This record gives sequence, structure tokens and C-alpha cells, in this order.
Amino acid sequence: MSSIKKPDLYSFQERARVAIIFVGVCFGLLAIRLFWLQIISHQQYSTLADSNRIAIVPVPANRGLLIDRNGIVIGRNYSALTLEVDASQINGNVDDLINELSEIIQISPRDRRNFKRALEDSRNMGTFPLRSMLTEAEMARFLANRYRFPGVDVSARNFREYPYNELASHLIGYIGRVSQKDKERMQNELLETRGSQDPYALQGAFLPGIQYVGKIGIEQTYERILRGVPGYDEVEITAGGKPVRTLSSTPSIPGKNVILSIDIKFQALVEQLYGKHRGAFVAIEPETGDILAFVSKPNFNPNDFVEGIDPVTWKELNESKEKPLYNRPLKGIYPPASTYKPFMALAALELNKRKAEDAIADPGFFTFGNHTFRDDKVGGHGMVNMEKSIVESCDTYYYLLARDMGVNMMHDFMKPLGFGQITGIDLEGEAKGVLPSTEWKKTAFKKPEQQKWFEGETISLGIGQGYNAFTILQLAHGLANVLNYGVVMKPHIAKAIEDPFTRQKELTTPKESYRIDLKPENIELIKKAMVEVNKSGTSASSFRNATYSAGGKTGTAQVFSLNSKTYHHGSTPEFLRDHALFVTYAPNDKPKIAIAMIVENAGFGAQHAAPIARKALDYYIDGKWPKEIPEWKRVP
Amino acid sequence: MEKSALVRLKLILLHLFNGFDARLGFIFLALAFISFIVFLSAGQGTPVALVDQIRNLVIAFVIMWAVSQIPPKWLETAAVWIYGIGIALLIAVALFGLIKKGARRWVNVGIVIQPSEIMKIAVPLMLAWYFQKREGIRSAVDYLVAAILLALPVFLIARQPDLGTALLVFASGLYVIILAGLPWRWIIPVVAIAVVAILFLVVFSGSICAPDINWPLIREYQKNRICTLLDPSSDPLGKGFHTIQAVIAVGSGGFFGKGWREGTQSHLEFIPEKHTDFVFAVFAEEFGFLGNILLILLFFALIKRGLAISVNAPTLFTRLLGGAISMIFFTYAFVNIGMVTGLLPVVGVPLPLLSYGGTALVTLGFGAGILMSIHRHRRLVQS
Repeated sequence: MSSIKKPDLYSFQERARVAIIFVGVCFGLLAIRLFWLQIISHQQYSTLADSNRIAIVPVPANRGLLIDRNGIVIGRNYSALTLEVDASQINGNVDDLINELSEIIQISPRDRRNFKRALEDSRNMGTFPLRSMLTEAEMARFLANRYRFPGVDVSARNFREYPYNELASHLIGYIGRVSQKDKERMQNELLETRGSQDPYALQGAFLPGIQYVGKIGIEQTYERILRGVPGYDEVEITAGGKPVRTLSSTPSIPGKNVILSIDIKFQALVEQLYGKHRGAFVAIEPETGDILAFVSKPNFNPNDFVEGIDPVTWKELNESKEKPLYNRPLKGIYPPASTYKPFMALAALELNKRKAEDAIADPGFFTFGNHTFRDDKVGGHGMVNMEKSIVESCDTYYYLLARDMGVNMMHDFMKPLGFGQITGIDLEGEAKGVLPSTEWKKTAFKKPEQQKWFEGETISLGIGQGYNAFTILQLAHGLANVLNYGVVMKPHIAKAIEDPFTRQKELTTPKESYRIDLKPENIELIKKAMVEVNKSGTSASSFRNATYSAGGKTGTAQVFSLNSKTYHHGSTPEFLRDHALFVTYAPNDKPKIAIAMIVENAGFGAQHAAPIARKALDYYIDGKWPKEIPEWKRVP
Repeated sequence: MEKSALVRLKLILLHLFNGFDARLGFIFLALAFISFIVFLSAGQGTPVALVDQIRNLVIAFVIMWAVSQIPPKWLETAAVWIYGIGIALLIAVALFGLIKKGARRWVNVGIVIQPSEIMKIAVPLMLAWYFQKREGIRSAVDYLVAAILLALPVFLIARQPDLGTALLVFASGLYVIILAGLPWRWIIPVVAIAVVAILFLVVFSGSICAPDINWPLIREYQKNRICTLLDPSSDPLGKGFHTIQAVIAVGSGGFFGKGWREGTQSHLEFIPEKHTDFVFAVFAEEFGFLGNILLILLFFALIKRGLAISVNAPTLFTRLLGGAISMIFFTYAFVNIGMVTGLLPVVGVPLPLLSYGGTALVTLGFGAGILMSIHRHRRLVQS
């Protein structure tokens, strides 16, 4: 038996031996592979495992508050339970996900639009709020259903809030999600500050922690101060990105508070006084350059922009004929019209072109070459000296004065006062306007025949028309400079930076920019005339029974040329009607406030702008709140 | 009386464990112990898996013991029946099987079973039986018949589709055929072609893995698995994720490992299927190169012991069956570890005794039981 089996048995033994060698070789391969992975490449895989496991989670810094000059908070943060979606974990259709979520949590079409917009802007990276301010019940409902929604979570989140909504929107501005452009800009800032001791250089290193930046207004200008420095946690995470435990934590440094020079209650009053009118209003404290009110009407609600404005609201704002997004006092340029006359008069005195008592006989018009420049008052004002020219707003007086001074002399006098110049206010996008000169005309026009200055063009400059185009801010600034006896204070909205812990305040503005050599007695002469304007002149009716002595000057700017047709307010289409301007200050002996304002397409300055100014001054000087305006309430 | 009771108990125990191979038993217990240790770590947070694994291990040992009691002769008699029933069930699956996850692998015969699992034992049984029948009068035609007997179930399983199981069944049959004496001059060219084909795949992976290239006989997802193996980084968050993360786990283990329950990759859920197919990654991360070599040596010892038992087996049937079962253990261990370490494509093959999963453990217990049975009955025949 064994003899038959033997060859077979040997053959199997041989095969079994080959098999065990084969097994040995294969296991040897595995051993080599393991040696390669675990000994030779160990370091590399260790690093990979660590980077797998540890995520750096930025901790956003609390943004600094915006506080008005009286301590009223007008830009703040609130924490709210928020439904958040991790964009990288959205599988499939976003709408389907939101539809499913909306079965348990109310999600408005607006929330949906905002969320989708944020998603698109970010190229699907990061975590985005879908609904904020969840109620307890909604929170509970979500938690019970959480397993159905991977990547969706509820967390407390800080939001920027502007408690007074539209109020002062153009000066506050708003914050918005960081865009690609913002990121690049911040990266460049980092490069610039690298190596320096600038604490804000740190911020660049934490770009992922910076999700919001100020887009316009004070929020934009003081972005780096308000932002603070984000902190970060080193967090151990699962493959699914779920945090397991915190390994280390570097706290954030909160942003500093910005104290504004604005009196927000005053601002609120002026905004209400404007009613449905469009316009701009700037009030400055001459001595300091503090902006007390900075009104642009109509305005918008900055809260709409914080989480990305939804397209419907955006379209509404952007396409509105009233241009609510347009920062009028900063960017809108208007002819100063008759409000320019006191400055012209001062120039005449300073440059010895006129004495106060020099008088002209006004026939009601002035002819230069073959062109007749008309005065408002048919038949003229009779004998007109400087004071009368301001009080009655006599054009002929200034036609002659302009002719006698010439364009360049006017330019050289007005320039240091700030007309047609960037004032340097702490808001971005300031318009320069036009303070004409022969030099200016050469650069402003392309064709040689247009570059030449015509003498006739000088005449209307005298009454603040022609090429003159200034911002209301410049007008207020110019007035403040005169009232301040030529000491030029840079206008500013932020007054101080406050440390959020120590409450220590640090003034931000320079004491003065420069001085213009002006004779005080000349200024007193102009002021006296301006006081008379409010007593017996064009704005007398508005300032009847004022308890304080206020100077003023009205102005009416033509929106389009009438071509010698008579202007009828009522029959002119609204957007073609004249702009009403007014400059004023009070009290006369030591001005606490200087105001320049325009009410667009409202008609005569005396009739439509001065009454607003009167009520504003009544409040600011006397603390008197007008009866027709509802009492302003401070938001808790 | 007491004494006789003790003596009787001793006799019963002796009888029960008569032929129970101590070496094989020790290796199995050692692997079971490792499995237990790994499960205490990998199963954190899911205690059910540990309890289930212990229960399954106990069941596997009971089956092993029970099968070791069956004389190999019975198995020889039952071989054709088991194979026949297996094929019938596979056809039933093809005709009216249940579809889960896009594959038709299950059939309801009162309970839902996966017939392809049966074939892992049924195919070597059948082929060993066939070669036993042809002992002494074997000719080239017999290898052809064996090839047909092997090809039929492999074809049926492959078209379910279940490429992993088909390959394992194919391997189990191939081992029998090779061990039975398939001439080397037939084996060597095939091996050579395979090696060339694999080299070809590796070298030209870039072009043949292009998305618009369709491979003959192979489905899209299977092509993807192979392509992902060739270059896991091509799809780091998709199909390559498992391989990449498992390799990171193994590599970051280092020489001594991160220590028991200290594996970050597995505990932070970077390891897929950490109880089942990828359990080795958990082990490798926590016990390092040292632990892995020990584990591989254990498997090597297991296979060597199985082959030694087969060499000493009395009949051709038992020799072939024992050899094939030993090599199936090898295949499981090699393919699984190769897959976890990124050497082989990801196919669903468990690591013997370590991976969680009742069916695999029962199959393995069954196989080990057969080896023990062969060992036990060696002397009976020889004496």
C-alpha cells in the first residue's frame, strides 16, 4: 500500500514545502512593507496623523463697539443661537437640505437667499449661518433631528448689530463677510507690517479667524482697531470633523471701542427733520473739528448688509431713484450758491478788494461782454454795501467782486479754507469737488479750446455757481475754519479709541492741521452780517424768537439751466427743482456748532433748509426738542 | 464512587479532546486573545461589538471542536452533496436572489444566507474528493474537469458581482489543483503572465485608469478600486480615503506603536471598518512594527502547522483538503494585511480571527475543525 502511495506522498510533501516557502516570501513582503511604513517613513506618517487629528479652530475676536460722544452705543454685538451649515458637508442640492430643515425650523425666503449668497461668495468653504436667534423650542426640535443633518449644527454666534437701524447709516457703515478681495488686501497689509512691532501684523496670521470686515463708513476706516486679534484653539477632531477635545487655547484679543464725535440724538433729530426730503447735513464743532452730525438722506439699514444683503433688498436700494446708498455729504458735489457769499466777502476784506462800507448801486443785473448776469430781485437792491450784500443776498455785488478778484485769486483764498480739497475726514471715498482756477481748467479739459479760461466764467463764481462744486462737508468745514479764526481742525468722526477693559480713552485726532492768517476783525464783520441774515435777512422768519444769536446764510442752487425762463417751483419736475442750501452757526460770540446743509430739489434755501437748521440749533444750543418729532428713545 | 466519577470525567474529557491539536489550539487562542485586546480598544463606545466578538469566538471554537469530532470520511461522503447544494443555491441567487447595495448575493431559504460563503469550503471539498476518486489513474483531463468544477461557482459568484469572494473561492480551488500535482510547466507560465500583467498595470496606471477607458469584464467600481490602489492620492477624499488613512495609521504606529487604546487614527474615526476589514490598521497603529511581526509570525505558525498536519494526513483527500484550508488562512491574512497596508486593492477580506463578523469566524472555525479532524484521525488510519 505504502509503495503505491509513496510517489504521491513525496509529490505532496514537495508541494507543501513550496507552499510554505511561498507563504514565507509573501509574509516577508508584508514585513518589508511594514518596515517601510513603520520604521523608514514613520516620521512622515506621524506628521500626517497629527495634521489629520488636530485642527486649528479660529476664535473670532469680539468686535469693538461704536459709541457716540455721550456714551450711547450705536454699533454692538449680540450672541444668538444660530443654525449653521458646514458647506463642505453639503451633499447634493442645497435647496433640498433647506427644505428638509424648514420642516422643523422656520426658514424665511430671506434666510435662504442670504445663505445661498454667502455660499456662492465663499466658494463653498466654511460654516455659514442659516437662521439665527433660534428659540428654545426650535433648538430642541433640531437637536432631536440632528442625526438627519450631518454638517448642520447649532451654536452661539456673535452678530454685529446696529440698534438704531437706518440712523447714521452712512457714517457708521456696516460690516460684511470677508471677500476674496478683502483677503488679498489683508494679506498685503501683513506683508507690509511683517517684522514690525505692529500688533495688527498678528492679525494677518489669523486670516481664517477673520470672517467679517468693515465695508464702508467708520466700520471700514477703523477696521483694524475694531477687529481685534482672533485667537485659536487646537482641537482634536474626528475624520468627520467633529471636535473631540481641546488641546490648547490661545485667547482672542477683543477689538477696541471707537468713540465717535457724533451726538447720535442730535443726528436722529436732524434725520427726522428731513422727513422725506433728500439731502445732506454736516455739523462741526469748530474748535475741535468734531463732526456732531453727518446726515445723508435717504439712508438704508446697515443691519441688512451684515450677513450679506439679499438680492431683493439690494436691487431695491441700488436701483432706487433716490439713491439711498449714496453718501451725500461725503460724495455729493453741489454748487454752494449764495452760501458762498460770506466767504467771498471775507476774501474781499482780507485781500483789500473791498472795505465793509464800500457800496455799489445795484440795477438788478450786471453786464459783462455781451452777457447779462441777473440778480434775483427785479430792479435791484439799490445801494449795497458788504453787510447788505450778505443780508439780502445781492448777486450783483458778487458779480463785480468776482470780476475784480479774478478766478485765481478766489482760488488761492478759498483753497486753504478747504473748498475743492479733500478734508481728510475719517471716511473713505470723499469727493474732491471743483474749486476752479485757470490751472484747473487746463487739466480738466482735453480739447485746447476748452482749456482756456474765459473771463465771463469768473462772474458766476462770485455767487457760488459756475464751476464751483463742493461737498456739504467742505462747506461746513470751511465755515468752521472761518469761525475758528483760521485754525484748521481736521474734521473727524472718531474722537477717541477706548480700551474695552481699562476704559482708558486715547484721543485720535491731531490738535490742528494748519493756520490761515485771517484778521479777527474781518471775521467779526462777516459774522455780524451773518447774524443779521437771521435777524432781518433771508432766513429771518425761521429764526424769529431764537434765544441765542446765530449766524446764517441761505442759498438756492439751480439743478439745471432755465435758459432765461422763469422758475416755477410747483410746475418743475421734482428732480429738476432747485436745491435749498443753508449754512449756520451758533452762538455768535463763541460758536459751538457750524452747520452746512442742503435739501435736494426743495426750492429756496430760506424756505426749506433754514427751518430745519433752526430746530437743529434749538436742540443743540437749548436742548429744545421740537413738538412734532416723537421723543427719541435710547435703545437698551 | 467519587474517584470513579473523576476518572470517568477525565476519560470523557480525554475522549472529547482526543486529537485536539494543542499547537493549533494554542495559536487560535493567541489570535483570539489579540482579537479581544484589539476589540477592547477599537470597540470603545460600541461595547456591543466586543460582546458579539466574544460570542462569535466561542461559537467558532465550539464549531471547531465539533467538526474536529467528525471523521474525515464523512466529509468525503458529504463533499459532492455540499458542493451540489452550494451550486444550486448560487443558481437560486442568480434567479431570485435578494439585492442589497447593488449586488445580488443573498437568497432566502427560510433564513437569508450568502451561498458564496459555503463555496469557500465546498469547492476544496469537492476538488479534493474528485482527485481522491482519480487517485492513481489521474490524467491531464482530470485537471480540466477540476478546472470546470472550479470555474462554475467562481463564474456564478463573480457575476453577482462579488469579485473578492470569487477570487477567494478561486484561490481555494486552485490550491487543491496545485497541491494535487498540477505540472510546474503549466503553473510557471501563468505566474509569469500574471507578474507581467501586474507590472504592466503599475507602469501604465496613468493611461489605463483614465476615466473614459472601459476595462473588459470588469465593472466601473472594481476598476476604480484597482486604480485607487495604484494611486490613492488620485481621489484622496473619495475612494482613496480608506487606503490613505489606513496607511497613515500603520505608518504612524512606528516601532513600538502608540500604545493600547492610544491610536488617534482609529479613535478619531479615520479608519473605516475598524472592527472588520481594517482591524489590522487599529492593531498596527497601537502595537507597531513589533506587534505586527508577532502577528504575522502567529499566522505563519498557523499555516505551517496546518501544512504539517496535511503532510501527515492519511489519504489524498485529507492531504489536499488540509493543504487547501491552510492556504485559505494564508490568503485571508495576506490579502487583508496587504490591503490595509496599501499593497493590494481593497477587497472585502477579513483578517482571520481578528475581524468582527460571524460568518467569517464560523467558516474559519469550520476549517480549523477539519484540520484538527485530519490530525486526530491520522493515527486511526495509520495504526
